[in-house]
Parts: sequence; C-alpha cells; structure tokens
Amino acid sequence: HLATSLPLPSERDHLRPRIDLVVFMIDIKSKYSLKNVETSLAHVDASFFLGKVCFLVTGVGRVNACNIETNAVCKLGETYCSPVLFCELELEGVRTATAQRLVRMLGICAGQIPGVSALSFVSLMRKSDDD
Amino acid sequence: EKADPQKTAFLLRKAWTVYSVTPLYGFRRARLRDYARLLGAFIAAEKQKGLAVEVGVELDIKVALSSLADIRGSELDQAALLVQLSSRSRGSSRNSEDKPVWWGWFCSVFGDELSESVPEHFTCLPLFLSHGAESYTALVGSWFQKTFDCCFRRLAISPLNLSWMVAMWAGCKLDRATSAVELVFSVPRLAQPLDISYAIHPEDAKALWDTVQKTPGEITQEEVDVFMDCLYAHFHRHFKIHLAAAKLVKVSTTIASAHCDGIVKILHSQYLPGVLMLLTELAISQIQ
Repeated sequence: HLATSLPLPSERDHLRPRIDLVVFMIDIKSKYSLKNVETSLAHVDASFFLGKVCFLVTGVGRVNACNIETNAVCKLGETYCSPVLFCELELEGVRTATAQRLVRMLGICAGQIPGVSALSFVSLMRKSDDD
Repeated sequence: EKADPQKTAFLLRKAWTVYSVTPLYGFRRARLRDYARLLGAFIAAEKQKGLAVEVGVELDIKVALSSLADIRGSELDQAALLVQLSSRSRGSSRNSEDKPVWWGWFCSVFGDELSESVPEHFTCLPLFLSHGAESYTALVGSWFQKTFDCCFRRLAISPLNLSWMVAMWAGCKLDRATSAVELVFSVPRLAQPLDISYAIHPEDAKALWDTVQKTPGEITQEEVDVFMDCLYAHFHRHFKIHLAAAKLVKVSTTIASAHCDGIVKILHSQYLPGVLMLLTELAISQIQ
C-alpha cells in the first residue's frame, strides 16, 4: 500500500489488512521529502519501531543533486532504532536488488520465516552497521 | 593575504566556468615563458589541423603565463597561475594591441588538505576557472593534461553546497548590499520546465541570518538548514509551493553568484579569498 504521508485516511480503516512493515521513502534530492517523513513518523504507533519500520533513501546515485546530508538520515535511523537502506531507483539492477531485500524484510516482519523475528533481525542489522 | 585590488580586478564580475584539477606533475614555476611558447605552438598546430573553431578573420593567438602571487590562502598554498590568450589580427598595423580572448587561472586557497598528501614533484592547484570560448578551454586543457599528466573535471555544485553558499554570503557584513539575495529553483517532472526565482531584500536576508547564527565566524549545517527552512516556510505561506521539493540551481548575492553547473561570478573584491576558499574545498572533495 502506497501513501504520500501519514496518517492514512480513516475511512478505509476497516478494509485495510494488517500492516507488517512501514517503509519511509526519502528522496535525497528533496528536503521536503525528509520533512514529510519526519512529520509522518509522529503518526506511527510505537510498537512498529520494534523492527517493522525502515527508511529507504533514494536517488543516491546523483551526488551532485544532493539536498540532504547523509548524516541527518543516519541520525534519524538511530533515533527511531530502524535500519536505513540506500538505493538508486534509476538503476534497474539496484532497483531489483532493493525490492528483493524489502520483500525479504517483509517476510520476516510478517512472521513467515521460522526462527527469525522482526526484532531479532533489526538488531542483527544494527550490529553489522556498528562493525 | 590581502590581494592587490588592481591586479585582481579582472577576476571580478566575469562568469567563470569552474573545474577541479588533479595535481600537476613536473611543473616548474621558473619555466613559465617556455610553457607559454609551447602552448602557443600547440594551439597554432591545432588550428592548422582545423580543430580550433575560429572562422573568418585570421587570428594569431598569443599565450601569456604569469603567477598571481597574491592569490593564495596560506604560505603552504602555491601562488595562482594565470593563462591568458590574446589575439592580434594578421596584417594589421604595428600599433594594434593584443585583444584578450580567453582567461584561465589555477589556484589554491587553503588547500592544505591536498598539498599535504601528495608526493614530491607534484604541484597542487586544485581549482581552475576559465572565461572565454569553450574551444580554447578545450585546447588549453588538453595541453595541460598532456604536459603535466593532470585531469580536469567540471565542478558540480549540489543544492546542499548552494545552500551553504547563499547562507554564508547573505550573512556577510557589507557597507552597502546592492543586489537582492536570489535563489533560483527548477521544478522537476513537469511537462514544461518551470523555473522559480525567489528574491529577498539583502538586509532582510542578513537580519534572518543574524538571528540564526550562534557563533560569529562559525557556521554549522543546522544553522544553514534553519535559514533555508525559514525561507521555504515564508514562500510556502504566500504561494503554497514547497520549494524544498524543487531543485535549487542557482544562488546570487551581492558578494557572488553560483550555478549548479559549476559557473561562478565573484562580485566583491573583499570576499574574493573567502569565495575561493570555499571553491577550493569543493574542488578538493571532488578530486578525492
């Protein structure tokens, strides 16, 4: 399900299936997208931040069009205890790989992978970041 | 550190195309006259081959290389190097003067980060600015690349860097700020490209920066962000457009203007070293 901002409109609440993973997309070329994500974060229930939220930064292939500091996004990930993924949607290979990665994460968050929970996965990712 | 205003006057108010240059190998300051001769011969030879694009009047190109001792940041920087191409039409009277047609200068202002890390025999002048026909820039560039094994790359200036520039320059103390602070945005993904020009009275911009900056002489990313956010919020209040979602392509102040394609104009002699220092930093990070 795609949305441009949160909160989601309440009219369709009863029809909506369970949400397993929230991916916040930030376009590195647009400061506005970062502000939008920051305001939307306030509408997410705290329980999601136990591994069911991730930040996806797009447009990283274009260093010259950069309008957001990478540090700012990494700090956001740290504050909300959620992983930050970087990708370039204009490159087909990276796009496919990122999509596959997100689907794997989604599978874990939905509880489909035995032995791995969303929380244990996210702490695994954080550990490798520190390394 | 204070540049002689007479000598550097020609640097002001010209649109310079900016490049980053990797260190020059085997450059000897004592051989400037030789280099000028060799470069002149190279240009003449290329013209013979029909590669230079001067159609019509037959023009002889004269090359002059000189050092601009005043243009440097510290003693660790190399003095700037100026290359000037002048034309004298053939068959004209002996009294005809050479007319300058192209300027290019290499410089380094507080480029210690780079000069400290290169081995012997390399000269660091990471910033190159040119003004004049692109064909001459290509000729001079290829001669330098062949002779000193260096590499030129157009300097790209990101919206992030442009924001720094406009915040820094709008906040500079001036006796008389004559031009507005202008930001030009291009709006992506439209059927017809749209440019938005946002002009602010220079005193208002300076007043805003003064409320944001905490320590005089120091600028942080947070302060630049707050400054830009105020400008964006003000614009949104009036026009309901989120400038933060558009691409900042050009900034212009009384001190200098810069375009994301790497085109810079320096307008105020007092702040010439400051602007060059910033550009040197960008050039060095593009090289590394």
